[in-house]
This record gives sequence, structure tokens and C-alpha cells, in this order.
Amino acid sequence: MAGYLLRRLIQSTLILLGVSFVTFLLLYVLPADPVRQIAGRSATAQTVENIRAQLGLDQPMLVQYGRYLAGLVQGDMGRSYLQKTEVATLIAARLPASLLLMAGGIACELLIGLTLGIVAAVFRGRPLDQGLMVVSFVAVSAPQFVVGLLLLYVFAVQLGWFPIGGYGTAAHLVLPALTLGIMGSGWYSRMMRSSMVEVLRQDYIRTARAKGLGRARVLIRHALPNAILPIIAMIGIDIGIFIGGIVVVESVFGWPGIGQLAWQAIQRVDIPIIMGVTMVSATAIVLGNLLADLITPLIDPRIKLR
Amino acid sequence: MKNLLLSTAIVAATALPGFAQEYTPDPNAQPGGMITVTYKDDVATLDPAIGYDWQNWSMIKSLFDGLMDYVPGTTELRPGLASSYEISDDGTVFTFTLRDGVLFHNGRAMTAQDVKYSLDRVTDPETQSPGAGFFASIAGYDAVTNGEADSLAGVEVVDDMTVRITLSRPDATFLHVMALNFASIVPKEAVDEFGTDFGKNPVGTGAFKLGEWTIGQRLVFEKNADYWRDGVPYLDGVTFEVGQEPIVALLRLQQGEVDVPGDGIPPAKFQEVMSDPAQAARVVEGGQLHTGYITLNVGMAPLDQLPVREAINMAINKERITQIINGRAIPATQPLPPTMPGYTDGFEGYAFDVAAAQAKLAEAGLADGFTTELYVMNTDPNPRIAQAIQQDLKAIGVEVEIRSLAQANVIEAGGAGQAPMIWSGGMAWIADFPDPSNFYGPILGCAGAGEGGWNWSKFCNEDIDAMAIAADSMTDPAAPERLEMWSDVYMQVMEQAPWVPVFNEQRYTMKSERMGGDDALYVDPVSIPVNYDYVYVTE
Repeated sequence: MAGYLLRRLIQSTLILLGVSFVTFLLLYVLPADPVRQIAGRSATAQTVENIRAQLGLDQPMLVQYGRYLAGLVQGDMGRSYLQKTEVATLIAARLPASLLLMAGGIACELLIGLTLGIVAAVFRGRPLDQGLMVVSFVAVSAPQFVVGLLLLYVFAVQLGWFPIGGYGTAAHLVLPALTLGIMGSGWYSRMMRSSMVEVLRQDYIRTARAKGLGRARVLIRHALPNAILPIIAMIGIDIGIFIGGIVVVESVFGWPGIGQLAWQAIQRVDIPIIMGVTMVSATAIVLGNLLADLITPLIDPRIKLR
Repeated sequence: MKNLLLSTAIVAATALPGFAQEYTPDPNAQPGGMITVTYKDDVATLDPAIGYDWQNWSMIKSLFDGLMDYVPGTTELRPGLASSYEISDDGTVFTFTLRDGVLFHNGRAMTAQDVKYSLDRVTDPETQSPGAGFFASIAGYDAVTNGEADSLAGVEVVDDMTVRITLSRPDATFLHVMALNFASIVPKEAVDEFGTDFGKNPVGTGAFKLGEWTIGQRLVFEKNADYWRDGVPYLDGVTFEVGQEPIVALLRLQQGEVDVPGDGIPPAKFQEVMSDPAQAARVVEGGQLHTGYITLNVGMAPLDQLPVREAINMAINKERITQIINGRAIPATQPLPPTMPGYTDGFEGYAFDVAAAQAKLAEAGLADGFTTELYVMNTDPNPRIAQAIQQDLKAIGVEVEIRSLAQANVIEAGGAGQAPMIWSGGMAWIADFPDPSNFYGPILGCAGAGEGGWNWSKFCNEDIDAMAIAADSMTDPAAPERLEMWSDVYMQVMEQAPWVPVFNEQRYTMKSERMGGDDALYVDPVSIPVNYDYVYVTE
């Protein structure tokens, strides 16, 4: 177990190193000059060169990357080119909101997805099952921007049940979390259904029924723990998809997370912020995957980590 | 259209104390109340030396003051932190007398040393101010930029209340420059205390001070009770909520939660709002110092031939392009917008005429047309406008390939001179200050035509440049002869057709029912989008 963990941690570090290098390289070859964004429209060539030298952007790419990495291992993500504030401060101010949104999103997608999946599996082949699968198909395909605005219009503007965007209370979280969760819930309902259908065909389920246990009890005690197993591993992978989703959802609902920060930084070629958000997101994804792998054997004793 | 040029308060050589055009406070104004303003993008900084965005420009104006200022709702200069000033006969020495009893938000009185410090700071290369170039006419600017000096030789503290600024050349726009946010007066001790985080902890002399800033969510401005102008601001404070999509902001306005959506009415909702009389009544329309244009790269064949550039000018149906943006613009004939002093009234420009355009192409030996590229920023409505341009040019046989890219990439291609044509939408020139010279130097003059410059046509005509310099060497920015010269400059530019001026965007600011104050304050040409110091609530 300890050996496995060590190996995975080394792997994770290498992945993050790779991510940092590729992102840095892409930003370096990007045909857009951050110094122009800083220097403004009426800057002289001298001013542009001054700024380039001050930021070390006149150095070769590998030197720049080396400097960035040296700072990063000491916890220094640099300062924003345009805001002049430390990137770590900017991310720290916004990360809690994003984590909260992701947690809400995961809760929504599991709650909705698993429930629909179980119901569909129990009623498999019947109209209810088919109807639910159409719903899940729509949920997976609907663009989050549209879903968000639709929810906002119906539940916040028309019905007035929730605030129109913003951040602060539990009521603020419901619609953004739902928007984020709906896409995944469609996906989870399909996975849960097929996993459940398979488990329900197993001999031990028939045995349990044969010894006289009630339908509900068999479903919850015997079928569910086995069917849910493959789903758990998916949550870790989900974090990657969520990070893509929060950019859109945060923008629609005015949610003050790192997605908004990244989007604005990309518009203005604010490289330290883009790098910072990328590294934090990549770390979250790597950790999510690692956690999913570590949790699986706790649920299923048949799986051993080596 | 208001005739802004003749009513100006500036008098050459000596400034009169007690300027005629001071703003009369609104007799109906009631003090008190908070308003809520929304923006989509976060506020990057409130450091007046750095901030250069749509959302922070007017915020900084309310937190800080410069020596000069504008009469609210107009383009007329008036003194700000200076109570008066004198200009030498040759127009190179400006002596400013400061106002007594002006306090920074930290309680300290402002002095001439602060003026010197602030100008040194904004031009110091370490500050990396995007506005440093505006101060290039101050003596000693080059030495500071090159790192040979730490301080501007041309800015001298005469005594605690007097500053003398010497220019290396006459600069008619200098008083406008001193009214820019970049020329705001900041207290050294606060900048030293917060360092590069001064932009998150601003301390100025303005009508409001920063109360609270929750990054990514909201900023709260509080009334500065010690403000040096009597009677303003009326509001107790302004809450800015950031990260709000324009469409969400509009919904919230309709629910009474928002007073001014800072990004305006989203295009998709514009017709709906304007066709509802109750909502349309709360929309203020005004001119804007903006021109949307297509640059034609004079260094790339076949655009290097004048008849080809003229043909393109004649082929563009500007009326139709304004319809793409719901008619929120007026077709343009020349680089300057109509509200800018120096605009040439009655100039028709190149009329839309497909047959004449084809004749011009034939004159250049290109009767069969040619193939070229149009660079455009990839946010709506710019790609749609690019398609309209593409169709217009196809009608005269010119095949246009559209390159739709992120803003920074378009700017890069334009600066490098790689783009045959660029539609300026989303990056277009909005004047920094209301003076005709601001539309020339960086975007049409030789100074901007070099590698990386904003003159994407790479148009450089030494004779026109000489005229521009002569016009700016006059001392009075509003002198009719000077404005006449600027008018000539742009007429000569149009003869060479390096641009297709397409339209001048109008501004439409929406406000809640309870907002009071002159309509002009909601389409203020300088405090964009709203002059927070002078608006009030009526309930």
C-alpha cells in the first residue's frame, strides 16, 4: 500500500510537471504578446522593451520556464501582469467558491443521476425507463449556458424562489450547482442503470429474493453497493469535466470562482494567472483520480492496490 | 449635436480664476442612498497609473482627482485639484496653483510634492503604466524612460502649493493629459505602504473612497465626507457587483435589484427593451468618442494602390452594417466621431457605390478582383460584421477570407503588419481624451506605424505628420485655427484611404426608475459609463 502510494505520488508529480511545461510552451508560442497588453496603445518601443526586460520575457523560453518552476516549488506563483497582485492571493480568494460549487455540482449529479438510474433499472424496458433515458440524453447534450439561463429565468425571475445570481447563502448555490450537475446526472443515470441492470441479473440477487427478502431491501442492501462501485471511480475523473463546466456556470451566475479569473486572464494574456489556474486545476484533477483509486478498495475488498 | 468646440473655457496664456462653465449642482438632487452597478468583468486594479479598462475607468475617476477635470457630462476642461494655472507665451511652461485644504482619504493634506511624486511614479518604467506615453512631452521624459534619471526634470515644486511643469515641446493636449486618470494625484506614503497592492488599496482625494472589496464579488464605495468640492457626491455610496453577465444584469434591473447595468443592454435584448415604452424611457442615448473602422494595410499588395483602397471604401454598405448591431450606431465618413472637436461637418466621405468601386478596381488593373484576408476579433457581433464586409467585397469581385481570432492575437497580427485588413470591432479606438489628436498619433501617424504599433494600416505620411505636429504645437487646444488644422489632417488622411471608417457607436445606458440627474451624466463622454459623483436617487 505504502509502495503504491509513493509510486502514485511520483507519477502525479511527473504529470503536473508535464502539464506545467506544455502549458508554458503553448503560452510562449501563442501569437499574442503580453507586453503589448501591459504597455497600452501609446507605448513607445523603449517602454515595451523596458517592460519585457523587467518581466524577464526577453529570456529564452527554457530560462523563463526554469524561473517559473523555481518559484512554483517555493509556493510562489508570481504576480499578475495586469492586476499586479500575487496570483496565489487571487486564486486563494476565489478557490473556496469554486470548490463549493463543485461539491454542490457533484451532490446534484449523484442525487439526480443515481436516483434516475436506479428507477430506470428497476423498470427496465418499460416506458418509464425509456422516458428517463431520453431525459438523460437531453441532460447530457444541453449546453450549460442555456440550461443556466433557463433555470435562472424560470426559478429566479419568474417564480422568485432563488436569487438572480450572486454568491453568499445556500439559496445562491442551488441553481448553479444544479446547472453544473445536470449534465453529469444524465451521464450517471445511464451508467447507474447499466451497472444496476447487470447486478440485478447476478445469482446472489436471485438467491436473496429466493430466501424471501423484500424487493426494496434487496435493492438497497445487496444490489446498490455492488452497482455503485464503478461509479465511485468516475467521480475523480469528473473533476476534470467540472473544471471545464465551472467557467461557463460561474460566468452565467456571477459566481466568484477561479473559472471567471481564468477566462478574463486568457482574454488579456495574463500568463501568471493562466499558469496558476491551470496548475491548481491540474492538481485537483490528479488528486481526484488518486483519491478515487484509494477509496475503491475500501468499498470493494476484492480490489487490492499494488 | 452640441457644438463643443466653441464653448470651451480655456483661455491661452492665462487662466481665469472662476471658470465660467462650472457645473451647477442640480437643485432637485437629494443627498443619500446607495446604488448598485454591475459589470461582467472583474476589476483588475484601482491604481490610477495602471487601470485602463471599461469598468475601472470611471471608478478611478471617482476615487482620485487630477489637476484638471471636465465639466460633468461634457468634454469641457475645468480645473480639478489646481485652482488656477498659467501657460507661458510659447506654450511650454505650465504653472499650476493647487487648491487649499484638499485632503487625501487618509486625512493628510495634498501638496505640490504629491503632484511631483505622482507624475514621477506614472512615468517610472518600474510602474509599467500603460499611460506613461501620454506624458512624453514633459521635459526629461526620455531620460526617465531610458533609466538615466529617476525623476522628471520638467516637474518642479515651486512651493507647497505651486507646481511648474516644463515641456520639451509645445503640446496643445497637455491640459487634457493632466485630466487623464493616469495623472491622478496619489499619496506617496500609501503607495509605499501597499507597494504593488496599492491597486487593491487605493487612497486618493476623490468624491468616494473604497469601503470594501471582496475579490471577484463586489466593491463598495463610500462617500468622502471631506470631499473638496461642495455639495457632491450626492450618493452615500455605490456598490459594484462584478462577474454579472449583461443579460442577468438586465433581468435584475427589471426586478429592481440593479440601478445601472455597467455593460449596457445586451444585443439580444435590445429590440425587446426599446419596444417597451416603460423600459425605453429609462434608456439614455448619447454619442461616444468612438469609431469602428477597417484598416487597409498600405504596405501589402494590392492594398498599396490607392484606387484599390478607394474601391473598398466605396464597396462597403455601412447602413447595413449598422443594422447588424440593431442600429446602435451612425455610419461614419471620417476617422473622427461627430462629437469630437475638429470633426468635418458636411464631408460625405466615400459613398456606397458598387459600380464606381468596380471602376476603381479596373483602374488598378484588377477588374477581376483579388483575394485577401480580414482579421476580426472573435466575439459577437464582430464575426457577423466581418461576414457583411465579406459579402460587400464579393460584389466587386474581392474574395475575403475571414480570420476570426482572440483579441490579443488580432492586435499582434495588426502590430506586426501581417494583416491585410482588420475590422476594429472590440478593439476599436475610444478616445482617451476629447481632443482630435487622440485619433491620429498612435493609429494613423508614423509613430504607431512601426513594428508592434497600433497603426495597423502602417500608413505613414510625413507631410500629414508635420501638420499634426504643427497643430499640437499651438497652446490653446480649442483654438478654431487648431481644430481647422486637425480637420484638414483627417481630410488628407481620407484622400489616401488607409481606413474604411464604418460607424460611430452610440451609447445606450439603462438606469432604474429611481435614478436622478441629467441625462448627460449617464452618457458622460469622459466618465464612462456613468459619472457617479453627480447622479442621485429620487426616493
